[in-house]
Amino acid sequence: MQTIIEIKNLKKIYKDNKVALDDVNLNIFKGEIIALLGPNGAGKTTLISNICGISSITSGDIKVNGFDVIDNYREARKCIGIVPQELSFEPFEKVINTVNFSRQLFGKKPDEEYIENLLKKLSLWDKKDQIIRSLSGGMKRRVLIAKALSHEPDVLFLDEPTAGVDVELRRDMWNTIKNLQNSGVTIILTTHYIEEAELMANRIAVINNGKILLIDKKDNLIDRMSKKTLIIHTNSKINKIDKALEKFQLRVSKDKKNLEYDYSPNKKKTGITTLLNEIKKTGIELIDVQTKQSNLEQIFVEILKND
Amino acid sequence: MINFRSIKAIYIFEMSRTFRTLIQSLISPILSTVLYFIVFGTAIGNNINFTNEIPYGAFIVPGLVILTISMQSVNNASFGIFFPKFLGTTYEILSAPISYVEIVIGYVGASATKSFCLGLLILITSTFFVDLNIKFPILMLCMLLLSCVSFSLLGFIIGIVSDNFEQINFVPMIIITPLVFLGGSFYTIDVLPDFWQTITLFNPIFYLVSGFRYSFFGTGEVNILISIFSISLFILLCIIIIWRIFKTGYKIKT
Repeated sequence: MQTIIEIKNLKKIYKDNKVALDDVNLNIFKGEIIALLGPNGAGKTTLISNICGISSITSGDIKVNGFDVIDNYREARKCIGIVPQELSFEPFEKVINTVNFSRQLFGKKPDEEYIENLLKKLSLWDKKDQIIRSLSGGMKRRVLIAKALSHEPDVLFLDEPTAGVDVELRRDMWNTIKNLQNSGVTIILTTHYIEEAELMANRIAVINNGKILLIDKKDNLIDRMSKKTLIIHTNSKINKIDKALEKFQLRVSKDKKNLEYDYSPNKKKTGITTLLNEIKKTGIELIDVQTKQSNLEQIFVEILKND
Repeated sequence: MINFRSIKAIYIFEMSRTFRTLIQSLISPILSTVLYFIVFGTAIGNNINFTNEIPYGAFIVPGLVILTISMQSVNNASFGIFFPKFLGTTYEILSAPISYVEIVIGYVGASATKSFCLGLLILITSTFFVDLNIKFPILMLCMLLLSCVSFSLLGFIIGIVSDNFEQINFVPMIIITPLVFLGGSFYTIDVLPDFWQTITLFNPIFYLVSGFRYSFFGTGEVNILISIFSISLFILLCIIIIWRIFKTGYKIKT
């Protein structure tokens, strides 16, 4: 896979000596959606700001499309579009004017056809002559995306694009992001909504205290980190777990009819056969058996707990 | 390679703000100037005779132009850069493929253009009240342009370092207005007591007004070259401060 962003040993220390990014190494591949997942203050926005030139780098190297963001900042920045977390606008400006301004600010010739298509794709064309302050929150967010895409960037940074957005609009935004990926744009998404990362991203990087704790393909991450729970339904009430079953660290459900057993599906021996044999010996009659897979949220909490 | 398209984008964006706020940008300063002419030029001016052969109404024209353009240049440039900071839209400027020099040219250029046009409008307005024969018109235009650029650079600095609207207004109200009034805009310094004459020599606006007046009447209180040197020095100082601000990212970058 072709690397579009290469980050090496990136460090960002603020004036108050707060370490915002601590030796971050990260490669982002062309055409992927990568989610930077982390709690508030983890360093997600600082990482984006460093790549885009909004905040200064303390040490380390960043290359975008092979261009160093300091030595070759003009070429590097031409490849980047950024949608900030806050809805920041000149409130009395018309939609079409602000999008055209962004395109020309990035050194591109005016292109009415491209802007028209872009606004149509983002369902903004019929609002092009409205002033921004008259738009709804969701539409304002779309204007920010239009501004970021106005100069046809290869990479789009979306800093918490659905923060404070209602469920319907969030789903709408996810569709927009997927469509952008299909059109060839590489997307770096910061979020603290695990559901968003799980649904959108090809790869997930978990960031906390300025460090990338883990980065992997979403499915690998779930496979690698996940635990499964075997739920054994019985037809009698279990008041006390039999001594022979104590070694399995079983849990009894609230209605006292089910036994729950945690295991790792990636291990060669899960212990399920032994457990079922032991249960049979105790004479407990089984009705049903089912498994439950942990989701990304549980994995995320686990990673942060271990950090 | 200069990114002209980006400079143009900032310049046009800033200029369009003028047309959205036409009353505030143009009509208000012109109205103020007209009032000065009526009060100082006509009502009081007829009784003042320290300006040699120059009628007092004509004598105050350069000072009035400097008074207005200094305030407007500082306001235009400081609001031009402070507003994006206030609204949080500086991210776009900082992430664009544009150098600091180009950013300054865009903002300061737009501010200076507005002030320059305003200065010309005030001159045109003044001809309705006084007979004005400009002795060195090219020099006058150059001095006007240099004044607009220098105060716009100062305004740009104020816009960057200010954290709120109070600070934005502080420098023009508390520093520039008194300096312009005490810089010989409405009188020659020889009417002042010796002590205040000496103090006035430390006022940079005095040299600006004197130079500008020279271009009108062929006579100033100091040599025209000293005026040009002073204004050039002031521009250089502003450029050094702006360069330092961008170099360190002071109040712009985190």
